[in-house]
Amino acid sequence: MSGFDWITPVILTVITAATPLVFAGIGELITEKSGVLNLGVEGMMLVGAVSGFITATVTGNYFLAVAAAALAGAIMAFLFGILTLSLMANQVATGLALTLFGVGLSALMGQNFVGQPVAALAKLDIPGLSDLPFIGPILFGQDGLVYLSFVMAIVVSWFLYKTKAGLILRAVGDSHDAAHSIGYSVIGIRYLAVMFGGAMSGIGGAYLSLAYTPMWAENMTAGRGWIALALIVFATWKPGLVVVGAYMFGGITILQLHAQAAGLNVPSQVLSMLPYLATVFVLVLISKDQSRIRKHAPACIGKIFHPAA
Amino acid sequence: MTLKYISTLVGAVAMAGSLLIGSTAAAEETKVGFIYVGPIGDFGWTNRHDIGRHAVQEEFGDKVKTGFVESVKEGPDSERVIRQMAADGYKLIFTTSFGFMNPTLKVAKQFPDVKFEHATGYKRADNVSTYSSRFYEGRYVVGKIAGKMTKTNIIGYVGSFPIPEVVRGINAMTLAARSINPDVKVKVAWVSTWYDPGKEGDAAKALIDAGADVILQHTDSPAPLQVAESRGVWAVGQASDMAKFAPKSQLTAIVDNWNGYYIARTKAVMNGTWKSEDTWGGFKAGMVELAPFNKAIPSDVVELANATRKGIEDGTILPFAGPFNKQDGSVGAADGTSLDDGTLLGMNWYVEGVEGSLPK
Repeated sequence: MSGFDWITPVILTVITAATPLVFAGIGELITEKSGVLNLGVEGMMLVGAVSGFITATVTGNYFLAVAAAALAGAIMAFLFGILTLSLMANQVATGLALTLFGVGLSALMGQNFVGQPVAALAKLDIPGLSDLPFIGPILFGQDGLVYLSFVMAIVVSWFLYKTKAGLILRAVGDSHDAAHSIGYSVIGIRYLAVMFGGAMSGIGGAYLSLAYTPMWAENMTAGRGWIALALIVFATWKPGLVVVGAYMFGGITILQLHAQAAGLNVPSQVLSMLPYLATVFVLVLISKDQSRIRKHAPACIGKIFHPAA
Repeated sequence: MTLKYISTLVGAVAMAGSLLIGSTAAAEETKVGFIYVGPIGDFGWTNRHDIGRHAVQEEFGDKVKTGFVESVKEGPDSERVIRQMAADGYKLIFTTSFGFMNPTLKVAKQFPDVKFEHATGYKRADNVSTYSSRFYEGRYVVGKIAGKMTKTNIIGYVGSFPIPEVVRGINAMTLAARSINPDVKVKVAWVSTWYDPGKEGDAAKALIDAGADVILQHTDSPAPLQVAESRGVWAVGQASDMAKFAPKSQLTAIVDNWNGYYIARTKAVMNGTWKSEDTWGGFKAGMVELAPFNKAIPSDVVELANATRKGIEDGTILPFAGPFNKQDGSVGAADGTSLDDGTLLGMNWYVEGVEGSLPK
């Protein structure tokens, strides 16, 4: 065994750990950029996870399963939209309620599916390429959702900063009154952004129940929705940094497990705490330089929009 | 902050549920409550306790009303949940995780008429019993199988928290494996959670990458078995028979069975014969069972496993009988002696053969 054989498996594990966070983080980023704070990511992920799992079990079609997960997440987000955008309920409270609702609803939906395995999402296998040493399994041996997560990150980044629609979305998030006064439908745009966020969270959840650990178990997201929310702040609302942050979170978790398995005498509690310590550290850094936050953080986040005002 | 808020809200909502159940109960019913650390659909630890609750309900029918609160966080927040249940007229309350120990005792002091049963702890009071399974007996049998089946002589162990209950299992398994295969090394990966399928699976991957070809776990989801199945190594199920998740890989599973105990304790409360005591049952008491052995295990290994189990049941085999050394080379138990229950309950050191240091 050469000295670097361990690197490929570590990277492969990091990728699976980071992918659900990338999906949920990218989705919530769009939601927040439109000026809406949806704390229901965990709930939307769970409903996506169970919907994807049920569809995969019943139909055996993974494309449908991922689509169902996205749809389920979007429906959850739509409910959130009705309450916060149309009925103008408090976004923080509604988001928390959405998570609680999602935990319960997913448990109810999945009742008859607990303890049932499902085949894992197929991985890409290109003869020759996938067998290349070191980079083969990493670049050419992933499942489709991993590639999709990167595509989505790039698309979202391009959309936000290179398209007119992205500019409008950011305008709605930064000053809904100004956007409204020049004729944009603030509520309509926010509905779309919130539902996109829900769909991405749903896919992130489905990644857990179809690829990461192909099964359904209650509460199987185990707090990843909250990590995704923290990631956005960590990334100061920049899509590229969301991906970096997701891989950092995943990477530290996996590295500490490998360090333990390798018998390194590092206290596991310290290593478990590292990702969160890093978040706090970054928060301290960015709060020292307020201009960096102001530049990217949506100014209207969490504020309710009254069209008449 | 938010997480804490959420767990509080979850608790509050769950509580509202239990209150609702409570208000419909007739006066002469004995109310039996259960506090679970995980969701009842975890297919592991909590699931087995809930099966015990169903057994109680079935046994006593209309005479008993059972209720539960699931996914209760260990620590201070659980105190409120337990107190609410006690205040709500429950006569017997099972708190089914180690971390509920101090909250249970605190609430018990305020409700002297309510009987409490705390699983896997060691502190008792006049109205607080403790109970647990000698899971390590199962681990010892599994260790014999693992020691025979490993080719790399590395056994991987996914640990939750470094508490005596978990350490004891690791040690029992290690002693058994090394008794028949002295070259065996045991690697442990602690995940600092009882239940996080993703992280548990990642730990199993890390252990397999480090050379392990048998994976044991002391966490609650079947994720490590799934990883073992996909990587083509052996694994042992935890709490429930998890063969469905790893039909090729699961050697066996250590299955908890609380049904008999829960029925007996409920009966004791109904008859007024309940006394505070400490129950620690294993194979003999029926509290620990083994899932059917994998067909791929050679017959001589199956025989060895069955003989070991029988020996433990009739007391001729003591898993922690000396001579064996601690990890640091000092004597764990001398020849002709065996560790007593007190030592087992406070076990905070590894035996020889376990790698890495035990987190404190």
